[in-house]
Amino acid sequence: MITQLVVAQAVAIQERRAKKLGSSIYSGRSHTLMERGFKAFKGSNWFIVLSGFVEPVFYLLAFGFGIGQLIGNLEDGSGNQVSYAAFIAPALLATSAMNGAVYDSTWNVFFKMHFGKIYQVMLSSSMGPLDVALGEISWALLRGVAYSVGFMVIVTPIGLVTNAWGLLAIPAATLIAFGFASVGMAITSYLKSFQQMNWVTFFLLPMFLFSGTFFPVSVYPGWIQTIVQALPLWQGVELVRSLMLGNISMGLWSHVLYFVVMIALGLWFTTVRLKALFMR
Amino acid sequence: MSTNAAREIVIRAKNLTKRYKDFVAVDGINFEVYRGESFGLLGPNGAGKSTTMKMISSVSQRTDGELTILGKEPNQKGPEIRAHLGIVAQKDLLDRELKVWENLYVYGRYFGLSRKFLKPKIEELLDFAQLQEKRNSKADELSGGMQRRLAIARGLVNEPEILMLDEPTTGLDPQARHILWDRLFRLKEQGVTLVITTHYMDEAEQLCDRLVVMDKGQIMAEGSPQELIKKYSSKEVVEVRFGTDKNEAAAKKLESMGDRIEVLPDRILIYTKHGEQLLSEIVEAGMNPITSLVRRSSLEDVFLRLTGRTLID
Amino acid sequence: MTDLNFVPGQAVDVNLAVRNGAWRVAEYRLRQVTKWWGSIVAFGLGNPILFLLSVGLGVGSLVDANNGAEALGGVGYLQFVAPALLAAAAIQGVMDEVTFPTMDGFVWDKAFFAIGATSVSPKQIANGVMIVALLRGLFTTVLYLGILLAFGAIPVASVLPLLLTSMFAGWGWASLMLAFTARLESDDGYFAIISRFVVTPLFLFSGTFYPLEQMPIYLQPIGWVSPIWHSTELGRFLSYGAEIEPIMFFVHFGYLALMGVVGMSLAYPKFHQRLLK
Repeated sequence: MITQLVVAQAVAIQERRAKKLGSSIYSGRSHTLMERGFKAFKGSNWFIVLSGFVEPVFYLLAFGFGIGQLIGNLEDGSGNQVSYAAFIAPALLATSAMNGAVYDSTWNVFFKMHFGKIYQVMLSSSMGPLDVALGEISWALLRGVAYSVGFMVIVTPIGLVTNAWGLLAIPAATLIAFGFASVGMAITSYLKSFQQMNWVTFFLLPMFLFSGTFFPVSVYPGWIQTIVQALPLWQGVELVRSLMLGNISMGLWSHVLYFVVMIALGLWFTTVRLKALFMR
Repeated sequence: MSTNAAREIVIRAKNLTKRYKDFVAVDGINFEVYRGESFGLLGPNGAGKSTTMKMISSVSQRTDGELTILGKEPNQKGPEIRAHLGIVAQKDLLDRELKVWENLYVYGRYFGLSRKFLKPKIEELLDFAQLQEKRNSKADELSGGMQRRLAIARGLVNEPEILMLDEPTTGLDPQARHILWDRLFRLKEQGVTLVITTHYMDEAEQLCDRLVVMDKGQIMAEGSPQELIKKYSSKEVVEVRFGTDKNEAAAKKLESMGDRIEVLPDRILIYTKHGEQLLSEIVEAGMNPITSLVRRSSLEDVFLRLTGRTLID
Repeated sequence: MTDLNFVPGQAVDVNLAVRNGAWRVAEYRLRQVTKWWGSIVAFGLGNPILFLLSVGLGVGSLVDANNGAEALGGVGYLQFVAPALLAAAAIQGVMDEVTFPTMDGFVWDKAFFAIGATSVSPKQIANGVMIVALLRGLFTTVLYLGILLAFGAIPVASVLPLLLTSMFAGWGWASLMLAFTARLESDDGYFAIISRFVVTPLFLFSGTFYPLEQMPIYLQPIGWVSPIWHSTELGRFLSYGAEIEPIMFFVHFGYLALMGVVGMSLAYPKFHQRLLK
């Protein structure tokens, strides 16, 4: 009886949605993908998934404290002297968010698309491509957030977050993760082979190393600076760094805007591509 | 085969045993294989066929007993023995990244064969396996039957004295099986000794001069297909059906009629020398089976009698 | 449909077949490796070059501006990190070429079992894998040495000695990894764990980017066990004459050699056992 009621309700909801604009791509069920994500996560080697945040911590230890002794203090961009560790910690937080989001939205999505054929099954149910895109991206984003929270838990006690604005680093990291997850999935949905996927990884390393993570971009000539400033990680690093070091200005909104655009574009391309691939 | 005594023995196993921890996969078996014959290992899954094959292939070391292949002892002389074996394992283990001809080439190189020797050899093998058109495809892109033919061609690249085939036709369609039987028969004519495992009875009857039936790691019977049928079955079998609930009652009346009777849930098998005659006796006795069938006794009857009808995974 | 005509057992010369199996395995591996040599060059060189540019030059400019040369024994930061980056690149290159193929050979494609059914012995398979790994390491290291020369990060005279120490470290570490990978029955997150908890810490805490003595004493043991540190110490001595106690020279070499010998002697029996189970 209960099931009948539920079925009837579901059909009703479905019918109501069908009249709405965009019903062919969205049914409001993206959360079922998250549910699936949790189930798969519980069955997988969760230690490997969770331990992903340690890499930036290692970098913080080695660079912040090892090289930091060779460098001393740095000028943070608004005239304050900060320790080298305090300079790179925000950058590593942004990197954490990026890594977490990218792992799930690239390799995992790639495997699901090409080997598991999971999306094909999902899209033959009542779910639309936007459900799948949003669901997957939210799941990836969650991992990015988990990584950055893990990182914060480690760096806050050692005094690298100096003021209350620093708390905003977590929502900022969420935004960054969202941006990388949606663009990551969009790009992945267009790639066909392992070799192509390797190039994604290949692109991430230079972005990590040159986005003002370990040294201010002011060491570069002007034109290289412009290129670096166009990269999403630089935008993220700047945003988190300003928050954690307390350099608050209206200019920070430009970074936020950058990620909002990134999210929108990523979602749009992913939806279009999934539709083209699986709903022909 | 009365001439066996005069022929050269290429494989000799005495009390051959393989244990994995507590599990006894092969339990002290004895057999001999003669040069140029086709020798079959039959048995249900888990009977120990594949383990026996691996030990003969010198890729698995025995736990106990004696084993000689081409006059050599495999634990010490594995590489030397394998130099003259062609091994076609159950899983093809082809290099899926390499092209068809490269698979043959690379494999040949492992035996120290020269490029000069291999070049024409690969052509012959591609012809033999009917893979000329696919020579530049990656092994991954071949159909199941083609992959199996490539695996067999690969096993022949070193012109082996003994060709080991572990379930060579499992998963192939009927056409592919017949092509393969034909190829294997030709190889035997050339003097290649074949050692084959299978659980297809028709295959064993077609291919094997002599075979052993294995079950639970032991040899249950040995002989030529004809000898085994003669010994463990009768010439013909009558299959009759009376309906599931009436079979039991009918079986009581039939018991005295044939050499042996077997009651299955859906039908009754009566083993006899003269099938048609027995069937008319049944009808004359006033019993009217729903369906009836008279057929030649096959290796399958022997097999099922020796290893039982329970399903084994 | 043609017939195959041969006299069984005539083609193979047994004595020849059982010799040089390692080189034939290497020949096969090379045939595969060359299919993605582009990626190998890109990754083998790309990563260390990126670190050279970002850390060597970028971070280096901060260090040099802070007069860090004193702490580095009187050399520029670029000169200081060059031998370490070289060792790391060699070690990574050799290691990648033993871990992936071994996993592939035993677990994914099971190619080793196909090779094991020929006259090639398990030990020869292990050696064949190692030969190709060393060739790849050599290839990467030579190219990287050229780049370091171009950047003026090392003197010309140190090229050969540096090549030797880096390759030696590569062999030592890769032997251990070969022995370890050969023991794995599945790849359940193995590569993630190795890269996260072994390779990255070794890379970061081996005195690669700063003198090991600057680390708190409880982190220094990571460097002591790390092939990168031993190779880097030798490299810094050979490259710009960093001070090193004579006894330590032998300790470093001895340690790397020990790694290699222990690794190989653990790898052979495992290959044997797995292929002749």
